[in-house]
Amino acid sequence: MSTVDMTHGGGGRAMAGLIRDLFQRHLSNPALDRGDDAALVTVPGQRLVMSTDGHVIAPLFFPGGDIGALSVHGTVNDLAMMGARPLYLTAGFILEEGFPLADLERIVWSMANAAREADVQVISGDTKVVERGKGDGVFITTTGIGVVAGGVDLSAHNVQPGQSVLVSGTMGDHGVAVLSKRENLTFETEILSDSAALHGLVADMLSAVPSLTMLRDPTRGGLAATLNEIATTAGVGIMLDEAQIPVAPDVAAACELLGLDPLNTANEGKLIAICPSQDAATLLDAMLLHPLGQNAAIIGTVTKDPAQLVQMKTSFGGTRIVDWLAGEQLPRIC
Amino acid sequence: MRYISEFRDPALAAALARAIRQDARPDRTYHFMEFCGGHTHAIFRYGVQDLMPPNVHFVHGPGCPVCVLPVRRLDDAIELAEWHDVILCTYGDMMRVPGTGRRSLIRAKADGADIRMVYSTQDALQIARDNPDRQVVFFAIGFETTTPPTAVAIKQAQAEGLRNFTVFCNHVLTPAAIGHILSSPDFAPGGPARIDGFLGPSHVSAVIGTQPYEAAARAYRKPVVIAGFEPLDVMQSVLMLIAQVNADRAEVENQYTRVVTRFGNRKAQALVAEVLELRDSFEWRGLGAVPDSALRIRDSFADFDAEQRFMVTEKQSREVKSCECPAVLRGVRKPTECKLFGATCTPDNPMGACMVSSEGACAAYYSYGRQRTPQDAA
Repeated sequence: MSTVDMTHGGGGRAMAGLIRDLFQRHLSNPALDRGDDAALVTVPGQRLVMSTDGHVIAPLFFPGGDIGALSVHGTVNDLAMMGARPLYLTAGFILEEGFPLADLERIVWSMANAAREADVQVISGDTKVVERGKGDGVFITTTGIGVVAGGVDLSAHNVQPGQSVLVSGTMGDHGVAVLSKRENLTFETEILSDSAALHGLVADMLSAVPSLTMLRDPTRGGLAATLNEIATTAGVGIMLDEAQIPVAPDVAAACELLGLDPLNTANEGKLIAICPSQDAATLLDAMLLHPLGQNAAIIGTVTKDPAQLVQMKTSFGGTRIVDWLAGEQLPRIC
Repeated sequence: MRYISEFRDPALAAALARAIRQDARPDRTYHFMEFCGGHTHAIFRYGVQDLMPPNVHFVHGPGCPVCVLPVRRLDDAIELAEWHDVILCTYGDMMRVPGTGRRSLIRAKADGADIRMVYSTQDALQIARDNPDRQVVFFAIGFETTTPPTAVAIKQAQAEGLRNFTVFCNHVLTPAAIGHILSSPDFAPGGPARIDGFLGPSHVSAVIGTQPYEAAARAYRKPVVIAGFEPLDVMQSVLMLIAQVNADRAEVENQYTRVVTRFGNRKAQALVAEVLELRDSFEWRGLGAVPDSALRIRDSFADFDAEQRFMVTEKQSREVKSCECPAVLRGVRKPTECKLFGATCTPDNPMGACMVSSEGACAAYYSYGRQRTPQDAA
């Protein structure tokens, strides 16, 4: 039994064995271990948040992470951006026939580790197997629930002109780390993905600045896409100061060589925060004290702008739009 | 980032901006064509226009490899992928360019054609090695910068005896285009548009040197300054052009001395000359048929020429109606003067190549500069 075959999704003994010996062994907790059709849990408090996220990534293993940890961090962070304490996850696996079981075990082990570190439990799961060629190794969909304290209301709808925009650290690390291992673009780099669970940082931020307006994690499409989403939702503009946006030198250099923009490049362990400007310094101090916020910075201001543009004062001395990207970011030709 | 940030230094930029303001005579205007899309993007991305006095204007040139490829050649590539059962390898920028009837490579791929995005000719060669039962065509586009790698790939394929690798060659030449633009009635004295000088190509000139521009500079009495792609390079080159215009000089000067020499990279030139030869004429989007402006594969390498191996049909190729790409590429219209710009034509839904390519002028305007009024963008 060294690779996934169709029987692993067939509902028979092989599937039961895979669930018991691999998934349950690593992800064990009382709700999951009962093995019922659904997990029965008690959730404290009244305000629940819930989110789901499908994870497809090539390569499955990349510097600083893998699809397993990512599938935990991705959903935990979606909950955390609402100010929630994440409690439980469910996980759906779509496995491709022929996928090495040793790799699957590495992924599930990494998921278990990430869940343990984030203090969440994977309480229910599902496995399907698709024929060879109809999947890309492993797809993982995770759904999470968490609870939010009363009074916390984080939403882009609350964003107002004059507020300050902060980020928790350097932009583009994850995207460049993954790109460096794509089959046709391998380059030597020390850059690691920033994949991490952010709810601990969020808790510190909320206790320092209860008036926090909004959080969002700039994943696919990077800072640029996420800020444009915020501007559109809130009906505001945003003016950034390029000199204040943290980018790791290695990431800047890799982007420079390939003709990519770190502001369009994905992050998996960073957040964007918006708060009233008088609280920005306090919020920044709280972020800087947390290990995941060591490179936090105030990067811009929300503006009144009927055109809802995200703009940036360039370090060079001009201004430009920071736009969504159409399609994928591509290395330049000439 | 060392060796890069030096060329983006705000204090130096401010000093150059002061010098440009000082030297630019208030009683006249200056219209400089930046030939390359790389320059256009540097100008917009760093906000270089904001540092220029109001009488210094940038005219955007045709130096975007994806943009100048005529629809007909793109239609041919789509046909190769759809009807000849080949694996078509293309640079990613080409994927979304609309061909006739707004058909694109990306749509053909979605409909089942085997089209692969590659980062270099070496990727295409590897695909040919890995798929000995399939014909692999590399869709070669670009100026003199991308031409040597194509020549190398063809030589490698020959040396390895790869019988399933061909190149659909669309390489074009910069100096011919500059000459063509300057000879057009658009820029004749009293014509609708004006050019007082050129910011010359940087990467292209690393290969061909500065010497090939001398004939056009002399014949049309227009200064050319070979300019690097960093924003300070652009500003310094503008200053050099202003000095030439003020002194009524029309010389080829080299700002990008850290890379470019007068005669360029002779080894690369020799390689290209061994494998490729001049076409009598080639159609450019916007410029029309330009004599001696493109390269084809020599007969001695005919086995690697997709145009020889596959018969593509004659077709009626058509641009999207009212798309102003051709006029934008000639430098006679601003992207914002196109009716489609920002309305029906956006990077997400491009009607013309200039909105697709990361080197296209319309994409630069839209992605970095659409907050400006048409006047300040001028």
